[in-house]
Amino acid sequence: MDDVAWTRTEMLGPEAPPASAVGIVGWMRANLFSTWLNVILTVAALGAIWLLASHIVPFFAHSVWNASSYSECREIVARTWGEGASGACLAVIRERWKQFFFGFYPADYYWRPTLAFILMFVALAPVLFSSLPRKMLWFSAIFPGVAYWLLWGGSIFFPIAIYLGFVAGYVAFRVAERGPSFLPPLAAAVVTIVWWLFIAGPLANLLPDIGLPAVQSKQFGGFMLSMTIGVTGIAFSLPLGVLLALGRRSDMLFVKWISVGFIEFIRGVPLITLLLVASFLLNIFMPPGTNFDIILRVIIMVTLFAAAYMAEVIRGGLAALPRGQYEGADSLGLNYWQATRLVIMPQALKISIPGIVNTFIGLFKDTTLVAIIGLLDPVGLITSIRANSAWNGIVWELYGFVGFMFFICCFGMSRYSQYLERRLRTDRH
Amino acid sequence: MADTHPVDASDLEPVDKSALKVSDQVAIEIIDMNKWYGQFHVLRDINLTVRRGERIVIAGPSGSGKSTLIRCINRLEEHQKGKIIVDGVELTSDLKNIDKVRSEVGMVFQHFNLFPHLTILENCTLAPIWVRKVPKKEAEETAMHYLRKVKIPEQALKYPGQLSGGQQQRVAIARSLCMKPRIMLFDEPTSALDPEMIKEVLDTMIELAEEGMTMLCVTHEMGFAQAVANRVIFMDQGQIVEQNEPREFFNNPRNERTKLFLSQILGH
Repeated sequence: MDDVAWTRTEMLGPEAPPASAVGIVGWMRANLFSTWLNVILTVAALGAIWLLASHIVPFFAHSVWNASSYSECREIVARTWGEGASGACLAVIRERWKQFFFGFYPADYYWRPTLAFILMFVALAPVLFSSLPRKMLWFSAIFPGVAYWLLWGGSIFFPIAIYLGFVAGYVAFRVAERGPSFLPPLAAAVVTIVWWLFIAGPLANLLPDIGLPAVQSKQFGGFMLSMTIGVTGIAFSLPLGVLLALGRRSDMLFVKWISVGFIEFIRGVPLITLLLVASFLLNIFMPPGTNFDIILRVIIMVTLFAAAYMAEVIRGGLAALPRGQYEGADSLGLNYWQATRLVIMPQALKISIPGIVNTFIGLFKDTTLVAIIGLLDPVGLITSIRANSAWNGIVWELYGFVGFMFFICCFGMSRYSQYLERRLRTDRH
Repeated sequence: MADTHPVDASDLEPVDKSALKVSDQVAIEIIDMNKWYGQFHVLRDINLTVRRGERIVIAGPSGSGKSTLIRCINRLEEHQKGKIIVDGVELTSDLKNIDKVRSEVGMVFQHFNLFPHLTILENCTLAPIWVRKVPKKEAEETAMHYLRKVKIPEQALKYPGQLSGGQQQRVAIARSLCMKPRIMLFDEPTSALDPEMIKEVLDTMIELAEEGMTMLCVTHEMGFAQAVANRVIFMDQGQIVEQNEPREFFNNPRNERTKLFLSQILGH
């Protein structure tokens, strides 16, 4: 019988991989030409790319920027590139770009939405990048008020009165803290809402009217309108979604039923019906004479709609957390809100990032639905531009431009979410 | 669980048990406690008095209710009948009492339950800062003190996912100690560890025992029980079947079920 005893006398050191497995050649061999089928697919794909490019590249290479109508565009293309050549008529973008960005906002005040747009990035920066100083978050907190004031104008005291509602709510929270644990959040919510409904308005009217000239909601339009609805919806749907997700998992039956009912109802209804309700029906239920701003109504509906989806996405994240995380937090004596805020939510939200960003992107694109209820968002503007006799018949350029602008925003969100996922990964050496 | 790796008592640092004092003060008192999961009667008429400084090992076959018992002591599980009094505070549905007890009672879990999104240091300072309202700097000093004690101060800025199982469990012990608990509960702290790492965790627990910590341990490490415990409790079918000081327990088990259990886990 053979001797099975064997012992290694020295350990092996690491060696470099073979040259054919690394570098560009190695990559191409592995990914493009590994089998005959793979070679055929690679060649076919290259052919398809060539075919597409041979149509798209001339279309943009022949583009016309200076023209006052679609027919003039076509004449220029035919004259320069010969009969039958195709070329993009980008002159329409050149002529209407202000409208695309600002709608019918008074041209003298274009600086206001522009400034609000720039400040938005300042406000977003500390939220998106944790390496920035935390004090910047104070600006993020006041930004919604500043942006509202810049966009709509009016008395500066109106946004301030709204913000005082939060202060009132906080005071109510502290006062109620001695009571049972459900009381403080309830008291804070009730006091804040009462303040907004009955005190904020009269208080602002009482104070002198210092501020910017007012701009009506019906003058809003274009990307500015999409941004206003989209960004506000995004900002409010996440916290609301978190609360609904927690509510749905709550032990308190009443809270649970309300959350489930809300989520299931809103999710079960098309967004367009909610927008139509916001547009036509809501005023019927309001006391006569109330002027409930149409953009505000739309924002509320879009936010509620996205929040219902958000709640389910976050519930998925919560369900993915092992029970041990709850027990670990409980065993250290953290109370419910501390455990939720410090241990559970950071992890649940991290798990849900792809779904959350998915909902954000969906919400942002859904803002184009407001065209149906007569608001002039970019898609609504296209319809009105094409109705103009000068630009009648133009399609690709307008939808392409609007699509491209939306793509930039949505692709940006997608890239950010991938960056965030990488940064929050803590299980690697 | 038959697939445990019992550490021989002789592997562990010897403990001079006579030096460990048990005071007359009562730390935990459990009176006629019963618990049900739905219709299933998991814990039946549990009576147990733990005095300050006691080191109790709870053993028993799986499903005997030993984990459930210690999880009742910090109300991770609710009991339906009887009384549990921890440090003079009776556990009822009053949330404030529950949080008070939990902040005084440390718990170490089989699967560590560290918070993976926080660094080791943040894991250790979280509860002191938010529950005890300790200033951040002071909490960090305390945390480093206990991390040195469990011999991993150099890992403070890493994340739990970057540590080995044994290191994670030692962090979990340090995290509990940072709350300066008066009682420590261990729920199978070495069951999820590789054999090479069991000893480092047991050594940490022994050190803790030598400092007079009141400890309740659910474990299959009979070597640890022999070296450290002043009382071994054997449970079966939700009941305490036998309890004794370790030498008598291992050499002279009286109950048939205990004898069978010991012959199975020590037999090979």
